[in-house]
Amino acid sequence: MDNSRSNITATAGILGAIVAFFAVVVLLFGVEATILQTLDGLSKGSAYALIALGLTLIFGTLGVVNFAHGALFMIGAFCAVTLSQLLKLSRTVIDETKTDFLGNPAQIQVPYMNDWFGAETGAAIIDWAVPLAILFSIPIMVLVGIVMERGLIKHFYKRPHADQILVTFGLAIVLQEIIKAFYGANPIPTPAPAAFSGSFDFGAMLGFDPNVIIYPYWRIIYFAFGALLIGGVFAFLQFTTFGMVVRAGMADRETVQLLGINIDRRFTLMFGLAAAVAGLAGVMYTPINSPNYHMGMDFLVLSFVVVVVGGMGSLPGAVLAGFLLGVLEAFASMGEVLEVLPGLNQIIIFLVAIIILLTRPRGLMGRKGVMED
Amino acid sequence: MLGLEKKDFRLLMIVVVLTMLAPFILNPFPAESALGETFNAGYPDLMQRFVIFGIFAIGFNILFGLTGYLSFGHAAFLGVGSYAAIWMMKLVTLNVIPAIIMGVIFAGIFALAVGYISLRRSGIYFSILTLAFAQMSYALAYSVLTPITGGETGLQIKATDSPLLSNLEPGEIGRANLFGMDMRTSFELGVGDWLFTFNSGYYIAAVFMLISFYIAIRIFRSPFGTMLRAVKSNQTRMYYTGLNARPYTLAAFVISGMYAGLAGGLLVAMDTQAGPERMFWTASGEVVLMTILGGVGTLIGPVLGAGAIKYMENILSKINKDILHEWFAILPDGIEDFLVTIIYPFVGKGWHLTLGLIFMAVVIFLPGGLVEGGQRIARLFGRKKTKGDGEEATQSTPAE
Repeated sequence: MDNSRSNITATAGILGAIVAFFAVVVLLFGVEATILQTLDGLSKGSAYALIALGLTLIFGTLGVVNFAHGALFMIGAFCAVTLSQLLKLSRTVIDETKTDFLGNPAQIQVPYMNDWFGAETGAAIIDWAVPLAILFSIPIMVLVGIVMERGLIKHFYKRPHADQILVTFGLAIVLQEIIKAFYGANPIPTPAPAAFSGSFDFGAMLGFDPNVIIYPYWRIIYFAFGALLIGGVFAFLQFTTFGMVVRAGMADRETVQLLGINIDRRFTLMFGLAAAVAGLAGVMYTPINSPNYHMGMDFLVLSFVVVVVGGMGSLPGAVLAGFLLGVLEAFASMGEVLEVLPGLNQIIIFLVAIIILLTRPRGLMGRKGVMED
Repeated sequence: MLGLEKKDFRLLMIVVVLTMLAPFILNPFPAESALGETFNAGYPDLMQRFVIFGIFAIGFNILFGLTGYLSFGHAAFLGVGSYAAIWMMKLVTLNVIPAIIMGVIFAGIFALAVGYISLRRSGIYFSILTLAFAQMSYALAYSVLTPITGGETGLQIKATDSPLLSNLEPGEIGRANLFGMDMRTSFELGVGDWLFTFNSGYYIAAVFMLISFYIAIRIFRSPFGTMLRAVKSNQTRMYYTGLNARPYTLAAFVISGMYAGLAGGLLVAMDTQAGPERMFWTASGEVVLMTILGGVGTLIGPVLGAGAIKYMENILSKINKDILHEWFAILPDGIEDFLVTIIYPFVGKGWHLTLGLIFMAVVIFLPGGLVEGGQRIARLFGRKKTKGDGEEATQSTPAE
């Protein structure tokens, strides 16, 4: 690891820049606004970070630039939609005691869940569809990922990066059109459980005036969930034998193979894992924005920028850049900023990407010799 | 002829004949028949799009096909060209030529700025940089630059516009023209049941396309073109022979940006409007699709690809359930419904699905695009004819 020292200086430099940024922001906008925007940025950033993490996992292990990763995010979101629709499947009961406006006996939809688990538990299960979809989506996403890798991407390892980009781009179009054919083009609202629908008075807890720093519960949960998932992936890679082998394979694939380890199978599983990470990011995102068929593409473009800013092939870089760009975007969306620099919120991410690519060509924490042909 | 080799001249002539006779070729079915209503593509709007996007793809191919730099933000130049052209029409003259020239110049300047920065990096970094610039232009055109770009609604020629060099009555909406000839003038020729439309706008665009095609051939065959191929095949070796690749790639980038500006200017000349959606990254993706589908690095490929995609976009999306039922009406009801249910997701609103599948199939099985497919078929037949004739006939000519 001859570049570990330069990595340490880079990390120190980045940390210094972050501290300086926050000092300036607190001076300019005050503490309350800073905390609020940081929260906003972190929850936005966790979506970027999760997708970018999956992209980097795929790139780092298999060396494939996956333009269909946004589609995996979207499929995850539609897993949540599917589960909530499945849970709501109902039979029609005629209730003699009530009448509708025509005077006929009212027809009431009774979900099967109510029949099986009783009215209260049934309603609760339906209400908790999105969190339940986490369990529902993991096997589906892993399966989708493995099928994708074995069925298509396997054949593209030896082809140029441009071909990989193009074929996965085509796959993304196909996947999103299939979803559109089944679910239609309109966004499908999928709310979070009622328990999380309100906002959380963050300021009161920290000793500020009440109602100054309030923030929706679900976004806080999204951030916590994202952080947990990212931590889980890193722990998995760092502390398990499987993860160790995968990391060894990322560093030097040939040697690992010469040691008699079937690295291809492990990399396929990593593709499944990356798909699951993207899918879970999508599942949890449904209450924030109603999913529609092109949500994946919208995120994909930004996530690629995030990956490049973080440095191709660097997992910590992807996560750091995701949160960093999310926070920057949140601050750029403030009214005070937009008065001085209108439209900054629309372009900040791309602007930062351009500046970083021109000053630090490998991104924030990029490794030497990755994608430098 | 015209400074071209015999083979290239023949290709150019074929293209000239095909574009000039396009109103006939694209209307093979009688106008009133069921097939004609669906598959005839010889109406002015679509024919104009064929040649305009052909220009766009030819320009993109000069960059991607020769140098191998995959730009994912080319639509930005088309958008800039559109805006420049429409302002020229709104302010100065309704004649399309100055508008198109302005479009080309502005797109060229913009490409120079973007290229100067983006070309410092290569590979996927270059793709992301161009994508970032294009998305920034889109976002700015959509929001902050509304006074210049008209924001979401875009720009149109309105009754309140009175260009300097035109003598419009107050309240008259100006129309794009070429020295007085309206772009929308059409001459219709009826032969029996067939109806052919000759549109002046189409022929003007077609002439521009032929000129661009000719210039592209010259670039491909020039020493400059050879340099660009050298960039693609081995940049390091080029450095070691003492050549700097940057000026060459930058020149290619600007040229292809100017092609995009020409396409943007022509789009405005035809429909006199411009909007930010032309700069969205899916529009950039579309030109990539066209070039790949036709054949990267070939002369004729991008034009074929542009035609194929625009044809599918307009024709496949027109097919609805009723039309499908009509087609299969002869079959027994059960089979008819079954076939319609199977085919329906692939046409009409779902035509993007077909596009995605075809595109994937081309990338997987035919990396050389339609041109390679054509060559393979030609070779197949050629071999049969000249069996035992020696190696010569089976030798493949590499797709340029």
